[in-house]
Amino acid sequence: MESMENPTVSAHLDVENIEAGYNGESVLKKISFSVPAGQSLAVVGPNGAGKSTLFKVLVGLLPIRSGTVQIHGKPLGYHLDCVAYVPQREAIDWKFPVTVLDVVVMGRFGKLKWLQKPRKEDFEIALHSLEQMGIGDLAKNSIEDLSGGQQQRVFLARALAQNPHILLLDEPFTGVDASTQETTMNLLEKLHQKGVTSMVSTHDLNMAATRFSQVLLINRKIIAYGKPEEVFTPENLQIGFGGQVLSMHGVMVVDECCPPDDLR
Amino acid sequence: MIEFITSPFTYSFMQRGFLAALLVGVLCSVVGVYIVLRGMAFLGDALAHAILPGVAIAYLLGGNLILGAFVAAIAVAIGIGFFSSEGTIKEDTAIGILFSAAFALGVALISSIRTYAVDLSHILFGNVLGVSVNDLIFTGILTVIILAIVAINYKQFMAISFDPILATMMRLPVQFLRYLMLVMLGLTVVVSIQTVGVGLAAAMLVTPAASAYLLTGRLPSMMIVSAIIGAISSLVGLYISYYINIASGSAIVLTATLIFLLAFAFSPRRSKITHS
Repeated sequence: MESMENPTVSAHLDVENIEAGYNGESVLKKISFSVPAGQSLAVVGPNGAGKSTLFKVLVGLLPIRSGTVQIHGKPLGYHLDCVAYVPQREAIDWKFPVTVLDVVVMGRFGKLKWLQKPRKEDFEIALHSLEQMGIGDLAKNSIEDLSGGQQQRVFLARALAQNPHILLLDEPFTGVDASTQETTMNLLEKLHQKGVTSMVSTHDLNMAATRFSQVLLINRKIIAYGKPEEVFTPENLQIGFGGQVLSMHGVMVVDECCPPDDLR
Repeated sequence: MIEFITSPFTYSFMQRGFLAALLVGVLCSVVGVYIVLRGMAFLGDALAHAILPGVAIAYLLGGNLILGAFVAAIAVAIGIGFFSSEGTIKEDTAIGILFSAAFALGVALISSIRTYAVDLSHILFGNVLGVSVNDLIFTGILTVIILAIVAINYKQFMAISFDPILATMMRLPVQFLRYLMLVMLGLTVVVSIQTVGVGLAAAMLVTPAASAYLLTGRLPSMMIVSAIIGAISSLVGLYISYYINIASGSAIVLTATLIFLLAFAFSPRRSKITHS
């Protein structure tokens, strides 16, 4: 259990002039920013802005065409398991025959040798992570019985069990219940206090404005980056979202009735 | 009654047949778990058919049939990779083209043999009663090797099957593991042609594992139940084949299918699956 209590070493993340995409034209162009250790950063932008693409680049799932990504000043891939990534939930076959605990223990595989079975401490850490997410009682359940919010919590518990220095969450607030949103936010705040760097993409501009220390507004390139009050100016929102954002009495609403094809 | 059970074993070729069928039943069913979970049934069927020309050439040259099958399986796997590399054509299209072409070539070659009908039916549907001692040793060795691959890479195979993104992030050699799985699948198909033949190998890969999927909720239990179903299908199928004199491969596959139907009817999972 000792590794859980250790104050995690903070990581800083440097992204320099990256360009990335799938086929043909690049989705992201000339993206440069740097996240100091221990920050909590919200990534916002309209559909198709390249938020998911950026996350995939940062975890090494998508090769970059040019530019560099450095973690702790070292290139991507140097640090084996200090980044935890929670993908959008549709990426998973939820009928796979595993229990909730099995899934969370998988987060520990990176710390085990090839032939090594998960140790007692790995199960303890996994169970503890589930308890922190408020679903310790579901440990033995099959994953196919989970609701959307519970699936989200399982993924977060797994990310927690990885004991990461940097946590990347892609759209964790989409399609989950309010209590899961709140549990997620509480977890992020707790990790923030422990010095874990976190990056979260979201459509919820108000949450980005009130619960994160930094905001990165992108639409294929960086529109603005800084404290929420510096980023969420009418000019930046106009550039980033076009006519899609309405600001009413200090509450920002994104009009998503007719989003363009998302490129994730 | 005891005589009913023991009587086939008075013949040594039946003893070898039972042993071979048992090994193949267990092996196919364990490897089949990955086929079912990863949606690779089409590839398994394709590989089984694609080895036909290798078997035919080995037969014509008087060489080792299993070696011929093995070479053909690898050639076709590489061919599929070549035609579908960098998205020139989709992988399932490449599989469809190559496996029918290889199968046609195999039938063409075998049709040049005079005892064509008998030989072809042995290759297509297996000839478990013609298992030689050497075949049995070869089957046994390959079974041990493949089950060892599953045991050694159990954790890694589970990770790449359930969540390839996590596996990539943990820097597992995802590509290597995928190829290793393909090789494992190829070897399993090669071993199984002796008992159930190329026509029915895919059924032994998929049917017991699918039944186990319906009955269990965790990967280890799914593997064990699948292996048990595979073993029962092989044994019961061979008895049926012995007593009512039908092709052994067909009897084994039909037994497995019957078990699948029962599993489907009584599955605790099915209500959930049909609802979603």
